[in-house]
Order: sequence, then structure tokens, then C-alpha cells
Amino acid sequence: MSVQLLTYIFVGISFGIYLFIAIRSRANSTSEFYIAGKGVHPIANGMATAADWMSAASFISMAGIISFMGRDGSVYLMGWTGGYVLLALLLAPYLRKFGQFTVPDFIGTRYYSSFARIVAVVCLIVVSFTYVAGQMRGVGIVFSRFLEVDINTGVMIGMGIVFFYAVLGGMKGITYTQVAQYCVLIFAYLVPAVFISILITGNPIPQLGFGDQVIDDPQYLLSKLDGVMTQLGFEPYTSGIKSTIDVFCITAALMLGTAGLPHVIVRFFTVPDVAAARQSAGYALIFIAILYTTAPAVASFARLNLFESTHNVSYENAPEWFKNWEDIGLIAWKDKNNDGKIQHANGNAFEPAKPKFNEKKGVYGQRLIINEANTTNNNEVYIDRDIIVLANPEIAQLPPWVIALVAAGALAAALSTAAGLLLVISTAVSHDLLKKTFAKNITEKKELLFARLSIFVSIIIAGLFGIYPPAFVAQVVAFAFGLAAATLFPAICMGIFSKRINKQGAITGMLVGLIFTLSYIIYFKFLFPEMNSSEYWFLGISPEGIGFIGMLLNLFISFLISFSTAPPPNDIIEMIDEIRQP
Amino acid sequence: MKEKNTNLDQYWRANIRLVLGLLSIWFLVSYGCGILFVDFLDQYTFFGFKLGFWFAQQGSIFVFVILIFIYIQQMKKLDLLYKHKNREED
Repeated sequence: MSVQLLTYIFVGISFGIYLFIAIRSRANSTSEFYIAGKGVHPIANGMATAADWMSAASFISMAGIISFMGRDGSVYLMGWTGGYVLLALLLAPYLRKFGQFTVPDFIGTRYYSSFARIVAVVCLIVVSFTYVAGQMRGVGIVFSRFLEVDINTGVMIGMGIVFFYAVLGGMKGITYTQVAQYCVLIFAYLVPAVFISILITGNPIPQLGFGDQVIDDPQYLLSKLDGVMTQLGFEPYTSGIKSTIDVFCITAALMLGTAGLPHVIVRFFTVPDVAAARQSAGYALIFIAILYTTAPAVASFARLNLFESTHNVSYENAPEWFKNWEDIGLIAWKDKNNDGKIQHANGNAFEPAKPKFNEKKGVYGQRLIINEANTTNNNEVYIDRDIIVLANPEIAQLPPWVIALVAAGALAAALSTAAGLLLVISTAVSHDLLKKTFAKNITEKKELLFARLSIFVSIIIAGLFGIYPPAFVAQVVAFAFGLAAATLFPAICMGIFSKRINKQGAITGMLVGLIFTLSYIIYFKFLFPEMNSSEYWFLGISPEGIGFIGMLLNLFISFLISFSTAPPPNDIIEMIDEIRQP
Repeated sequence: MKEKNTNLDQYWRANIRLVLGLLSIWFLVSYGCGILFVDFLDQYTFFGFKLGFWFAQQGSIFVFVILIFIYIQQMKKLDLLYKHKNREED
């Protein structure tokens, strides 16, 4: 059977399962719609959280990024898992004890102010929409590469599926489909990883194969990779080029941002009690760690495989996948030394780095590009980092059903995250803006209707982002984490652990964190991108890591202002005592 | 009421101590071993890994999981103790 037919079958079956679950778990009340009636088992919630959290970025892009960054890629590995420790120890149990529906609910109540609630809603919507745009794009890419439909049609099919189960089932429907999506995505990630690990090291466990000896060679995988890379003029794989302070700040911003992401936090509102909230954070991290400890292994296997299968190989004999991905423009080759062979080396092969193809073919049948050759190095190849995971099964010559499985897994990852994000956006609108602020006397039935309506509108907007992607999708990821780290995380954390922080302090803190982080990112990413390098950065901290400084500023300002104004009223102190009890 | 408050205070202080302890380990393995001292640790090898690299890409994640489960266990004990004391006083 062809890869395409198999992909249709795998994707079709998985979509059928999601729809079946959606029909079985319809939501009838706001509590079911927002937080699944607080009846989710900790293990199920752990899986749902893992699927919610692991997006198209984790599934498709992360291993590729690490593959090209080597040790510096650790910022994503530690940053996106370490946040769960903060979440479990500092936030989840107390927010569950508080027992309302949303993150702005907590901030609005704890800081006794609708203005604080609205600031939180704004942060939440900015963070979540940034994220959703990337998911829809991921759906489009998978559809176009593996099912050979138009990217836009792909986005619309994805929107239709999410629409169906999110509008019908709300949080309840989303939770149980996410459990199924987790199973699909983790299976799809592990199967090729295990195969490749066996192929390269003979060890079936990728986490161990990562540190094992290469087959038919006494060398360890990593030292072999280091050797190959040094030979080609790269820095060794296991050493980094980023400065220590930058690595520190990016990791911190990602961790704090993870702990402050609304769509993750809200998952802990869905379990029956405080103990279950703690447990499900633990299960969530186990389920996430399975993928996150596999990813760096996959990254190193892929890098070695890439060099071994294409370096100094003549284009005519290049493997099939090389040409397939060249066809859709994610690989490009320019024969700089006219020897007809593909050569890898350190540096961009041509200027600008992204290839622009003219419609002509070269002497060997390669697609010609109009970019100028970069004469300062010998590199001849452009490879888009996003293809590593998707192309890995082909690079390792795995059977077609594995390739189909990976496509279904990537879709599961993108759809589950999109659904979770859309739900928190709609909840923020129908619950925080309407019910709690602007239309206080609407009935529950009406609120539910508005919740469904706003999810519908959010899906349309998200779909438009997917079809007309703003040029900055990849760059704004730094926004989401930096902003969550500089605004929501400190506001929630101080609200639980300090009785002295008052509304003046918290609101100013959030605004300062928001404005500082936002302006720093906009300054370097959009206004003066040519200055986006370590000489110009504040203390050598990149825009990706600046959320950490934003968070420190937020803390400092909040304490300063709170201690020079009146303490919070007594009923708030009582509320804090209440949430601290198990 | 007064009694109950000191009981909550004790519970809260024990909780803070536990959290601080766990977070110091959290900081030590990730920011310490994985970032600040990574080059120093890289002179040692651990199976086929340089030690610092292993902490940065594998070890810290395993430790994170363990930390959360220690927290769950310890808090279960603290919760029981707290509820037991409260019942005695009622």
C-alpha cells in the first residue's frame, strides 16, 4: 500500500475516534463545559495535560531544533519540563482549592478588582492566540505533505474537527479526546525513535541508545557525532555556543512561562480535589518526559544519519527523501564546487539563507535557486529544521506505515493543543468578560450559549491565522512564554504565598512586566531585527530570555508598591488561609 | 479558632520547608549541573555521555519527575497529620 493511502487510513481512523468520543461526552452545564464537572481522574488528566501541552512545536519542531543546536537545545528540554515542578509545587494545588473556573477568576478575586481580572484576560488572550496560530499552520503542513491536499483545505478540515468536539463537548469533550490524542501522538513518536535507535546502536530504548556505542564501531554515538561535526568545521554537538547567562535566562523564561500558561493551569481545575491536582501534575510530567527524553536522542540520531546518508554523495545517488523534500522547498542544494556531490559544512550555504527557487533544473536534475552562493564556507545544503521529525522515518528507511503513523501523530499534537487553547480563550470571553464583568445577570444557559459562540468565533480567527499566516508566527513564540512568565506566573504565585501583596502592587507589577517584555521583544524582533545580536542585548540576554527579567521586575515593583500602600482587606486574608488548607 | 490557626501555621511552615528543599534540588540539577557547571562536569563521562551534557538533556528531566512524586508523598502525610490534629481539637 502506498504511503498516501496508509496516511488516509491512519488519519481517518484517529479522527473517527475523536468524533466518537466527542459525541459520547456532551457538556450540559457551564461547569462541565469549563472544567469537565471536576470529575476527571488524575491519570486521565495527566494524559490530557500532556497532549494539551505538547503541540505541533514539541512534536514536529523540537527534535529538529535540538538536532541543529546540539547542547544549546537543552534550553527547550529543561525549560519545557522544569516548569511542571513549579506548577505542581507552587500553583496547581492552591488554584484547585480556590475552585473557580479560570485563571482571571483567581487574579480578579485575590486582588479584589475587575481591572486586575481584565489585565489577566488580556494577557491570556495574547498568549493563547499566539500559540493557536502556530498549531493551525502545523495542521496545514502535515495535510499538504502527506495527504497532498491544499494547505488551506487542510486547515479547514482541522478547524471542522476541532469545532465539532470543542463546541459540543467543551472541556469534557476536549479532555477525553485529548486522552486519545496523547496515546496516538506518543505511539507515533516512539515507534520511529525505537526503530532508528536499533538501526544505529542496536539498543531498542532511545534514551539508552543515545549514550550507547554505534553498531560495527567501538565509538560512542555522541563522540562519533562530535568527531564528524568537528571534521566538517562545526562546533562539537555536545558543546554550546550560546553564552551561559543567555542559556540561563531562556531556560528560566520557558519554565516560568510554562507554569503560567492558562490552558495548562486550567487543566488542574478539572480534577476532584487538591491531592488529585498534585497527582495529575506528576502524571502529566511523566507522560511529557517520555517524549522529552526521546527527543534529544532522535535529534542526535537524525544529525548523524543526515551526514552519513548525504555527505559527499553525488546528487544523482541522493536518497529519495532528499528529493521529496526538495520538491516542496524545504531542502535546497547549490553545487558550489561543481563536483556534483552534496557537501555539508558550517555556515549558511547561500545568502539569504532561505532558498528561492526559479523553475529551472540543473545538470543533475536539482532545483535551481536564485540565491547567491556564500563563498565564505563550503556548505552546499539548506535543510529546514522542521522536517527532521517528519522526514526521519524516510531517512532511516522505515516502512510506509510508520510514516503514516507520524502524520497522524503530528495532527493529534496540533489539534489537541489548539482545542485546549480555544477553550481557555472562549472561557475568558464568556465567563470573565461577560458573566463576571459586563453582563453580570445572564443565566447559566445563556452563558453556555455565549461560551459556544465565542469558541466558534475563536476557531474562525485561528483558522484565518492558519490560512493567512502572519510572517511572524515562528518569532512570536517568544512572546507567549515571555509574557506568561512576566505577568500571570508572578501574579498567581505572589497571590498564594504572600498575604501582603495588594491590588495596586499586583496590577502595576503585571503591567510593568507586560510592557517591558513586549517592548524588548518588539524592539529586537520587529523594529531593529538587524540589531538582534548579543552586542546590543541588555546584559547579553536574547528576546527569548527576557521574560525572566520581566518577571524579576514584576516581583520587585509589586513588593515595592504593596508595602507602601494599604494591606489587602480581611476577607482576602481569610480567602488566602482557606486556599492554603488541604 | 485560635488553635486551628496555629495548626494551619504549622502545616504551612512544613509545606514551605518541603517546597524550598525540593526547589533547591530542582535548581541544582537544571541551572547548576545543566547550565552553570556544565563545562566543568563535561570532563567526566557517564556511560557514553559527558556528564554535564547528560544532565542538560536527560538527567534533569528524570529528577523533575522524581521531585514531584516526593512532593505528592510528603504532602499526603502532611495533609493527614493536619486533618488528624484538627479533628482532635474539634
